[in-house]
Amino acid sequence: MKRLKNFLLLLAAAPVLAFASGAGPHLDKAPVNLADQDSLQRGARMFVNYCLNCHSASAMRYSRLQDIGLSEDQIKENLLFASEKPGELMKISMPKAEAKAWFGAAPPDLSVIARSRGADWLYTYLRGFYRDDSRATGWNNTVFDKVGMPHVMWSLQGEQIAHYKTVVDHEGKETHVFDRFELIKPGTVTLAEYDAQVGDLVNYLVWMGEPAQLQRKKLGIIVLVFLGIFFVVAYYLKKEFWKDIH
Amino acid sequence: MSQEVDGHKMNPSKRKFLIAATSAVGGVAAAAVVIPMVLSMQPSQRAKAAGAPVEVDISKVEPGMLLTVEWRGKPVWIVNRTKEMLAKLPTIDGMLTDPKSEQPQQPAYCTNSTRSIKPEYLVAVGICTHLGCSPTFRPEVGAADLGGDWPGGFFCPCHGSRFDLAARVFKNVPAPTNLVIPPHQYLSDAKLLIGVDAKGA
Amino acid sequence: MSALQKMMGWVDDRFPLTATYKAHLSEYYAPKNFNFWYFFGSLALLVLVLQIVTGIFLTMNYKPDAELAFASVEYIMRDVDWGWLIRYMHSTGASMFFVVVYLHMFRGLMYGSYRKPRELIWIFGVMIYLALMAEAFLGYLLPWGQMSYWGAQVIVNLFAAVPFIGEDLSIWIRGDYVIGDATLNRFFAFHVIALPLVLLGLVVVHLVALHEVGSNNPDGVEIKKHKDPVTHIPLDGIPFHPYYTVKDIVGVIVFLMVFSAILFFAPEMGGYFLEAANFVPADPLKTPEHIAPLWYFTPFYAILRAVPPLFGSQFPGVVAMGMSIVLMFFLPWLDRSKVKSIRYRGPIYKVALALFIISFIGLGYLGLLPSTPVATIFAQVFSVIYFLFFLLMPWYTSIDKTKPEPERVTG
Repeated sequence: MKRLKNFLLLLAAAPVLAFASGAGPHLDKAPVNLADQDSLQRGARMFVNYCLNCHSASAMRYSRLQDIGLSEDQIKENLLFASEKPGELMKISMPKAEAKAWFGAAPPDLSVIARSRGADWLYTYLRGFYRDDSRATGWNNTVFDKVGMPHVMWSLQGEQIAHYKTVVDHEGKETHVFDRFELIKPGTVTLAEYDAQVGDLVNYLVWMGEPAQLQRKKLGIIVLVFLGIFFVVAYYLKKEFWKDIH
Repeated sequence: MSQEVDGHKMNPSKRKFLIAATSAVGGVAAAAVVIPMVLSMQPSQRAKAAGAPVEVDISKVEPGMLLTVEWRGKPVWIVNRTKEMLAKLPTIDGMLTDPKSEQPQQPAYCTNSTRSIKPEYLVAVGICTHLGCSPTFRPEVGAADLGGDWPGGFFCPCHGSRFDLAARVFKNVPAPTNLVIPPHQYLSDAKLLIGVDAKGA
Repeated sequence: MSALQKMMGWVDDRFPLTATYKAHLSEYYAPKNFNFWYFFGSLALLVLVLQIVTGIFLTMNYKPDAELAFASVEYIMRDVDWGWLIRYMHSTGASMFFVVVYLHMFRGLMYGSYRKPRELIWIFGVMIYLALMAEAFLGYLLPWGQMSYWGAQVIVNLFAAVPFIGEDLSIWIRGDYVIGDATLNRFFAFHVIALPLVLLGLVVVHLVALHEVGSNNPDGVEIKKHKDPVTHIPLDGIPFHPYYTVKDIVGVIVFLMVFSAILFFAPEMGGYFLEAANFVPADPLKTPEHIAPLWYFTPFYAILRAVPPLFGSQFPGVVAMGMSIVLMFFLPWLDRSKVKSIRYRGPIYKVALALFIISFIGLGYLGLLPSTPVATIFAQVFSVIYFLFFLLMPWYTSIDKTKPEPERVTG
């Protein structure tokens, strides 16, 4: 009985072990739910406030935010500068060359960042900044070592430091792995609230990676149901004709 | 209805029905593939954004002056007509092809004697209805090169079409109809929005 | 005579419309015992049409310019009405084309469809496969993402491995010292004009050759041997239309259901149809951590990597990769078996074919992974099996103990 229990425990832990043996750091599961329009709208607001100063989303039009339930007036009032129009693309005025000089690399365009990085990576990354005085910005990140981007949302999350531990693998090789964070200066919101806010932001980024995806899935169901009906009709037609063949 | 073929029952009406049903459903399927392709050739969101309504500040347009703005890649004229210009409009009806604006070249709210919302401001698409040139603004009454009876208006340099200061076409010129009045509305006394009708208009 | 008949008569006096219809559809007699594996030919034709039509509409909005290409794809995905659907149809269609073609080729291997008198059908088929690979490779550069860029970089550099002229050859192909705007523009020209024409031409001759000799079948026996003495119609043949048209419609619908399930619910197919790294614009200064070709090329990529460099040259690997496809052309003459179909073959061929398929899939899997010493050993074993399947075929097919073929097709 006990052996069975151990076996089951091992089985349950298998995915974790598989991850631990993989090359990349462990990623937390992002709470992506594209059906939650409130979350998407909160995420859009965070995106415009925190990301859209240095990063562009040059494939994305503000007016497309109507797809997640924002009205044109809401977009104009809350998300746009006076000179911008809702039909415009989410571009920024920061020249690429200057940005490169400031951050070491030009901040990437975020239009399809969720499709190249994945939601879980973004969710872990945005919560993984910690104080590191050896870095020019004063910040480092557990999933993106020596990242050029500073912690933009530090006033929300607060300041944390990362504790690393040394692990010896079965070949006797020592590796430095991330253990846990310690909050040294609380932010304006609790950590749970911060996680939820980052969750909203990542949710938005996933949606923005392909704004047509909700429509795509809806249409997919209709198409499959239609093909199902088509199949039944065509199947009986085939059966009727093939009665001749024997 | 069934007949014997090779010792098997063959039912022609059932076959006909199934062929018709499959063709019908197949036709729907084909249409469902074709329609998105056809619709993809409509103006894209980029084109729509570029063709979005244009806001114009008209407070700087002095009486008798013309301001040209771009809307959907076309010149749109805004003329601040003086009292004299307005007074002249009804007097030349006899020289015009469509003085009462019976052709649908303007929104309903501009189907009036001045072809405008506010009498003084003419808002018109500056594209000749003949072959698409942009006529020249010639407000000077009795201009020598346009004949002594020229009441002021627009002259198309390409083929000589003439329009008055309400963008109405003269008789015996190549252009068949009055110039187009685009949908527009006043956001305030000084702000004009070209491209959309006023709500409820 | 009805108006329609009159019109048909008028056309037929000037163009063999009815005759063509009869020759290729209503009086083209196909064996009555086609099974599941015989759907994939018509499906391949369907996907070809789909790719051409969606491709035309993509071309209306795509910009073959290194500065604009990546953004123009996102423009199609967002700003063009239904652009996302057309783009996903094209990207899903590319992968599904290979799924269908691989299954079609496997059918040929199982039932000996390449054997006399169908050698030319097979050769045209292999040429279609080659043209299709070129078409897919060229098309994959167009989105101008990181994988597009570095995939093209790696493949074009293979040409640099050719002795003496390699370096100049690869520069000529690129039109630049790196993959650049010139490369993108010429790949676009080949992808949208040159290769589609070649493909269409090859498909026509593939079908003309097929309809000249008639279709093979799962029993591998010739239906033309037994004809009705009066009508001269093969006794085991049935008119393609209506019997196989109504059957293929069912196959097409099932295929479209699979196609739609991928297109609408998993267009990236877990990174196999659209790779995550390709959502990053091409950056000539930064190689992605792991470059793998798209799944349909990976068997050959694995063969390439399995061959160790000779005198520091990659050329032997390139030759091996080329040979792995060239050998397919010789298949009709390598097979010495008395029978065509796997149904009547002996155990040796069955084992050989099984090993071949395992090796091919194994190579495909290994081609996706980063190169490790263990993976390389596996790839070498599979590569050897791959080549031995062809090279030893004259020997093992002639000693194999076959069963007698039936005179007529079996149900």
